[in-house]
Amino acid sequence: MAGNRLIALALGLLALCALLLLWQLRAPYGFILELRGVKLAALVMVGAATGAATIVFQTLVGNRLLTPGIVGFDALYLFLQALLVFTLGASVLASIPAGLSFLAETAVMMGAAMLLFGLFLRKGSDDLIKLVLTAVILGVLLRGLESLVLRLLDPSEFAVVQQAGVASFGAVEAVQLLPAGLALSLALAASLWLAPALDLAALGRTAARSLGLRHDRLVMQGLALVAVLVSVSTALVGPVTFLGLLAASLARALIPSARHSVLIPASALMGAAILVLGQFVFERLLGQQAALSVVIEFVGGLVFLALVLRRRTA
Amino acid sequence: MPRLALICLGLGLLALVSLGLGATNLFSGPLDSGMVLAVSRLPRTLAAMLAGAGLALAGVVIQQTVQNRLVEPGLTGTPEAAMLGLLAVTLWAPGAPVGVKMGIAALAALVGTAGFFALSRHVPRRDPMLLPLVGLIYAGILGAAALGLAWATDLLQYVSIWRSGDFSGVLRGRYELLWIIAGLAVLLYVLADRITLLGLGEAQARALGLNWRQTVLLGLGIVALATAVIVVTVGAMPFVGLVVPNIVSRLWGDNLRRNLPLIAAMGAGFVLGADILGRVLRWPYEIPAATVFAVLGAGLFLWLIHAPRGRHGR
Amino acid sequence: MIEIEGLTLTRGTLRVLDDVTLTLPAGGVTAIIGPNGAGKSTLLNCLAGLITPDAGTVRIDDADIHRLREPERALRLSLLPQGQTVVPRLSVRELVSFGRWPHHRGRPGPEDRALVEAALARFALIPLAERLVEELSGGQRQRVLVAMAFAQATPWMLLDEPLAALDPRHARDIMERLHEVAASGRSVLLVVHDLAIAARYAQSCICMKNGRILAAGPWEQTVTSDLLSTLYDTPLRLADVEGQRIILAG
Repeated sequence: MAGNRLIALALGLLALCALLLLWQLRAPYGFILELRGVKLAALVMVGAATGAATIVFQTLVGNRLLTPGIVGFDALYLFLQALLVFTLGASVLASIPAGLSFLAETAVMMGAAMLLFGLFLRKGSDDLIKLVLTAVILGVLLRGLESLVLRLLDPSEFAVVQQAGVASFGAVEAVQLLPAGLALSLALAASLWLAPALDLAALGRTAARSLGLRHDRLVMQGLALVAVLVSVSTALVGPVTFLGLLAASLARALIPSARHSVLIPASALMGAAILVLGQFVFERLLGQQAALSVVIEFVGGLVFLALVLRRRTA
Repeated sequence: MPRLALICLGLGLLALVSLGLGATNLFSGPLDSGMVLAVSRLPRTLAAMLAGAGLALAGVVIQQTVQNRLVEPGLTGTPEAAMLGLLAVTLWAPGAPVGVKMGIAALAALVGTAGFFALSRHVPRRDPMLLPLVGLIYAGILGAAALGLAWATDLLQYVSIWRSGDFSGVLRGRYELLWIIAGLAVLLYVLADRITLLGLGEAQARALGLNWRQTVLLGLGIVALATAVIVVTVGAMPFVGLVVPNIVSRLWGDNLRRNLPLIAAMGAGFVLGADILGRVLRWPYEIPAATVFAVLGAGLFLWLIHAPRGRHGR
Repeated sequence: MIEIEGLTLTRGTLRVLDDVTLTLPAGGVTAIIGPNGAGKSTLLNCLAGLITPDAGTVRIDDADIHRLREPERALRLSLLPQGQTVVPRLSVRELVSFGRWPHHRGRPGPEDRALVEAALARFALIPLAERLVEELSGGQRQRVLVAMAFAQATPWMLLDEPLAALDPRHARDIMERLHEVAASGRSVLLVVHDLAIAARYAQSCICMKNGRILAAGPWEQTVTSDLLSTLYDTPLRLADVEGQRIILAG
C-alpha cells in the first residue's frame, strides 16, 4: 500500500509540474518554457532537498517536531557565506565560477554543521528539549552573527543584502541549477543507502546500539547529508523554516510506513509538491509573487503548534 | 543597597560615554554642544535606558506569570501582535493621532500576549524548555502574518523598522512615549509582591488571597503596554527581557520587592551598552542595538541553559 | 465548623464529587482517605474555594466559601496545594513571610514579623531561614510550605498530600508538628495516602470512594477493618498493638 501511495504522490507531482509549465502558455513558447523550466526545477529541488533532509534529521534527533530549518541549519549556511565574503572579499569570490563556489560553500557547510551540531547532538536524546532549545537559540545566534557580519561588511548597503535573508522563489540563476542538482542527486542516493541504518536508529539510541548500530557514526553521516541538502535549498532560494515540517508531517500522515526507504522519497516528493502547488496558486491564480514563503511559514507554524498540543493529549 | 548603587554607578558611566559619543565632537565641533546634547544625545541615551528597563521588567513579569524562566516578551508574540495592530491602524486610519495608534498597538499586544498565556496553560509543565519553543513558533506565526499583511499593502519598510531595535533615529520629540515605561515601573513596584505570588502558581497564590485572574490580566497588560511602546518608538529588541531577569535571579533571588530596581537598572545598562557598542564597532557607521544584543543575548542565553544549576550566593 | 451540602462536580461524564454532604466539627486532625481517583483532592480544593462546584454549598464558620472574595477566604483557611513544581528563588524566611500576605497585603507590621519567626521556630526552620528554598531537600521544602500555611494563622489548615514523596522520618516529623498545631486549637484537614500515618495521627476521618463519602466521623467510631477493606477493595485489618492503631494487610 505504501508503494502505491508513493507512486500516486509522484504522479501527482508530475501533473502539478505539467500544470505549472503549460498553464496559459503563449508565444514565444521556447523562451517562456525555459523561464518556467528553470523556476520549476528550482522549486522541485528545494522541496525535495528540504523534505528529505527533514526526515533524516528527525530520525537522528528522535523528534518529529524538529527540522533543520528550526534549529538553524540555513542560518549556519548564510552565516558561512557572509563570513566567506568577509574574509576573502567579494571580488575574489566573484572571480570563481558560480558552480565551483557553491561546491566549496557546501563543503565548508558540511564541516561546520558536523562540528557544531555534532557537538550538541552527540549526547543524544538524554535531554532532548534542552538540546532543541540550544539548537534553536544557536539558530538565532547564527542569524544575529550573519547580520552583524553583513553590517560590518558593508554598513551602507545592508538593506540590499538583507533581502536575501527572506526566501524568494522568483529569482533563481540557471547557472546554479547544475551543481545544485548534482549535489542533490548524490545526497538523495546517499540517504537511501543509509535508509536501513536510519530505520534502526529510529528505535532510539540505546535500542539501536544494543542491536549493533554505530550510532555516533550514523549521526555524523546523517548530519553531513542534511548539511548538503540544506545548502542546496538555501543557496537556491534562501531560508524556508517550516517547509520541512509541513512536508515530513504530511508525508508521514499519507504513508503508513516507518521505513526510511519509503519515507524519504515520500517527504521529498511532498516537499516538491507543496512548493509547486503553492507557486501555481500564488503566482498564476492570485498573481502574488512574494506571498508563498510567508504562507508556508504561517501554515507550518500552525502545524507545529498542533503537533505540540496533540502530543500532550496523546 | 550596595549592589543597586554599583549597578547605578555603572549605568551612570555608560550614560556619560553615550552622551560624549557621536559624530560631532562636543568640545571643538562646529555645532553648539548644548544643543547637540539636548536634541540628540540626551534623548538617545534616555531612550536606550528606558527601553532597556522596560524590556527587562516586562521579561520578569511574563516569566512570573507563566512560571517559566525561559520566556520573554520576544518569545510570547507580543511585539508581533503590536505590529499587527500598528499595521491595521496605518491601513485603516493613517491620520490617527499617535496616542490612538499607541493604544491600538498596546491592545493588539495584549490580545497576542493573552493568546500566548492561554496556550501556555495547555503546554505540559514538566518540561520548562518546551514553552519557549512554543512561544518562538507562536511569535513566528504572528510575525509571518504581519509580514504577509505588510507585503500585500506595501508597508514592508515599516515592519523592518519595528522589528529591529535601533536608537540612531531618536531625537527630542520622538521618544517621549517611552516615559510611559517609567510610570509602569512605579506601578510594578507597587505590585511587586503580587507578581512574586504569581510565580508560586495559581493554587498557592489564590490560597494566599491573591485575586489571581485580575493580577494576571494586570501583569499581561503591563507587558503588552511596555512592549508596544518600545516597538512603536525604537523597535523590538530580543533577549533583553530574558537575560536580565535570569542574571538577577541567579545572583540575588526572586524577591521582586527588593530586586525590581536591580532588574530595571541592569536592563537599562545592557541596552545602553549594546547601543554604545553598535556605535563604535564600525565607526562612523552604526549597527542597530538589537543586532548587537541578538548576538550577545543569544550567547548569554546559551550559557544560562547550559550552566550548571549550582548554588547561588546571596 | 465546616458544613458541606449536596456538593456535586462533573468533569466530562465523570462524577468527581457526587452529592457530598458532611458536617465537620472544628478542632483536631482530620484525614481524608480513599483510593486513587476517589475525589479527595477535588473535595479539598472545593472546600478551599479554588474549584467552584456544579451544585451544593460549603459553609466554613457560617460563611459561604464560594461567595467570599479571595482575600477574605485567605483569612479563614490556608491551603497547601498538591505538588508544588516550580520553586521560586526565595529564602526560607522570604517564602514563609508570604504566609502573612493576606493579613498585611504588602505592608508587614511588627506582629507579622513576629508570627513569621514563630512559624519558623515551630517547624524548626530557624537554622535554614537564610537558605534558598530550591537548595533544600524535598522533606525540608515541604516543611517550609507547611510553615507558610501555618503563618497564615487561619482557623482551618487544609493540606493536600503534604507527605507525598517524603521518607518516614520527614513524614513523621511533619505530622508531629501538625499534631501540636491542632492541639493548640486549630483545625487541620489533610489528604493522606499513608494509612499508618492516618491511623496514628488523625482524630477523625473522612473515607471517600468514587466521589462519595463512605463514612465520616471520629476515628474510633468510624473506621473498622470491614470499612477499610471495602474502601480499598483489598483485605485490610485494623489492629491495636500496645495502645497504637496499626493497619495490617490480609
